[in-house]
Amino acid sequence: MRTLVKGARKGAAPGGTGETVAAAERNPAKGSPTVAVAPRDHRRRGTPFGLRTRLILAFLLVAGVSAVGTAGLTYREARNSVLQAAQDTAVSSFRDQIQLLTLTLPVQRPVLEGTLRDIAGKGKPRPWVVFAEYGTMRVSSGSNPVSSVITPELRRKAAGYPHGSFERVIKDGVPYLTVGMPVVFEAGEGAVLSTGLVLYAVMKMTYEQNQVEALVTAARNGALPGLAIALIPALLAARSVLRPVRELRRAAHRMGSGRLDTRIKVRGGDELADLARTFNESAGQLERSVTELRQAEARARRFASDVSHELRTPLAGMLAVTEVLDEDAAGLDPDTAQAVRLISAETGKLAVLVEDLMEISRFDAQAAELNTDEVDAAETIRRTLRNRNWTDLVHTDVPDGIRARLDPRRFDIVIANLVGNALRHGGPPVTVRLRTRTDRDGGPLLVTEVIDRGPGIRPEVLPHVFDRFYKADAARTRSSGSGLGLAITRENVRLHGGTVRAENAPGGRGAVFTVEIPLGTGEVTG
Amino acid sequence: MPRVLLIEDDPSVREGVELGLRRRGHDVRAVATGEAGLAALDDFRPDLLLLDLMLPGVNGVEVCRRVRENSQLPIIMLTARGDDFDIVIGLEAGADDYIVKPARTQVIEARIRAVLRRIDEQPGNGRPAVEFHGELCLDRSALTVAKAGRRLALAPSEMRLLLHLSATPAQVFSRQQLLEQVWEHNYHGDARLVDACVRRLRHKIEDAPGNPRYIQTLRGFGYRFGPL
Repeated sequence: MRTLVKGARKGAAPGGTGETVAAAERNPAKGSPTVAVAPRDHRRRGTPFGLRTRLILAFLLVAGVSAVGTAGLTYREARNSVLQAAQDTAVSSFRDQIQLLTLTLPVQRPVLEGTLRDIAGKGKPRPWVVFAEYGTMRVSSGSNPVSSVITPELRRKAAGYPHGSFERVIKDGVPYLTVGMPVVFEAGEGAVLSTGLVLYAVMKMTYEQNQVEALVTAARNGALPGLAIALIPALLAARSVLRPVRELRRAAHRMGSGRLDTRIKVRGGDELADLARTFNESAGQLERSVTELRQAEARARRFASDVSHELRTPLAGMLAVTEVLDEDAAGLDPDTAQAVRLISAETGKLAVLVEDLMEISRFDAQAAELNTDEVDAAETIRRTLRNRNWTDLVHTDVPDGIRARLDPRRFDIVIANLVGNALRHGGPPVTVRLRTRTDRDGGPLLVTEVIDRGPGIRPEVLPHVFDRFYKADAARTRSSGSGLGLAITRENVRLHGGTVRAENAPGGRGAVFTVEIPLGTGEVTG
Repeated sequence: MPRVLLIEDDPSVREGVELGLRRRGHDVRAVATGEAGLAALDDFRPDLLLLDLMLPGVNGVEVCRRVRENSQLPIIMLTARGDDFDIVIGLEAGADDYIVKPARTQVIEARIRAVLRRIDEQPGNGRPAVEFHGELCLDRSALTVAKAGRRLALAPSEMRLLLHLSATPAQVFSRQQLLEQVWEHNYHGDARLVDACVRRLRHKIEDAPGNPRYIQTLRGFGYRFGPL
């Protein structure tokens, strides 16, 4: 029992707490919100001194203390009464024997020996050995005239106390009761005269000892199964508490990983059942509000998609006739011609905007498809520039022979949007640079950089350049782009499993847009 | 100038496209339904069919399929980008090309010219007009293909693709190259045009389309004719 308690203290000591704190500090430092990590840490924190251990230890402690206490008190009382009874019997019967003595003084050795043997035969409650000391005479009923068990202390007390003294002595592991009693004369009222003869009785207490030992054994035999039996309710209690707690943990974990329909089965009506009920109610509310948010978001997206769809049909008709307007504008009066040209030009822009909106809607609906083909990256970039008549405006540093698995149409949009952006907002010369590198996992990446030598991008604008309809300057007039070009670029790069980032070249020497896409071919040729 | 039959249910698109093409000298007949379009085929005898995929009643894909049953009339689908599934189905049904709406008349006309040119401008340049490749017999001047003596009915894009690939047997063409050279699309066009056309062509000329002998695929690079 004592070792158990000690063990418990050690577990609760700073060692355990320290580890908990360390684990708690480590977690946010890692900054990983991934659900996979959290439960492992949690379990480790719980292991050294879990709820189950504590419950079991508490049960054992209570059972142990009560068992030991009861057994101890019972033992003490029983032991005392056993020993007391033996002592009292021995002392009083010894006294009775001595009172019956008839001796003539001075005492003769053979007479005394006979008397002692006589007394020795009447030992109560057990046979005893009787010793006599008279001056220098030493006589006993046994083989040895002097007892080795009688202490000087008893001798001193026995001589001065006419009613007799006793002592319990343990010698070589054997318990003895020694009783010393002087032989006296009655000399009138309350006065006695010493004869100088002192008798001692030495009695083995082995029987009483055995009785006491039997008590100890009985107490132990009662207490140990008691402790063992106490384990069962401890385990049951721990189980009844831990199972709901475990279920709660599992449910909370599932909720965290996005399964909001998670509910706990409520059993009974205790505090844990209340907790489970509260959990279920909160989960229900959370699920409802998340569902509402999702529905609202889906509605908003569908609305944007529907609007662009609806705009597209009239635009298709309008766009087909803009050339008629352009061709005939020359023959109209100047104001009408200007109005007609304006309508024609804006129709074209509107068509681009609607197309871009449709494209973004498809990304939002995750309906965008990647139709990849293995192509020569340099050739793809040169075609993009040539199709838009940018070949003379843009420097290229694009080595041939880099084959990459790309969706050519989408990669064309990525490059065209970045170069178009550099030509519009950056400054000449605009350079497109192509190279490969390996990423951290050793996979080959296709790296395309679009570099301009303009003023660069203001730091506060930098994080937003890929946002939809983001205007660096609120007062700035609409440029020829739809405001979605870079957002579409980013979505297209993501669809390729790549990344795009914007930064300023060192020393304010313009902006650099970097696109990194996995090559996807497994090899680099050339 | 070519005679174009336009089947488009939306009035503004129908009128706009009709007006734009007529201004450029095309002879255009515009109808609103698939049924009216199919009825107009015999009567109007168009050189080319411009077909909206989303039609009430008989839809564009069905019209496409019915036309292909007995005719090699060039077909261009009008579609909205994003209706990706429809594009694939339309191409499988036998359309030669597609145009994404909204489109300028300039773009529509360029595509019409390209599709029609595929048939007209096969260069003779001194080669024998009739070539034999395995069981295939290609006549480059009569624009006929026969397999084991039986005439095959190839759509214009299929014919043009076969003639292009077989002109230099064993040479590999990337899908981008074929888009540019056969469809006159730009390099970044939709490679599914090529894939769908190859599938249709294999279905007609190969013994086992799953294990092609004439039109072979080189994974990661493109297609080639033979070597036999």
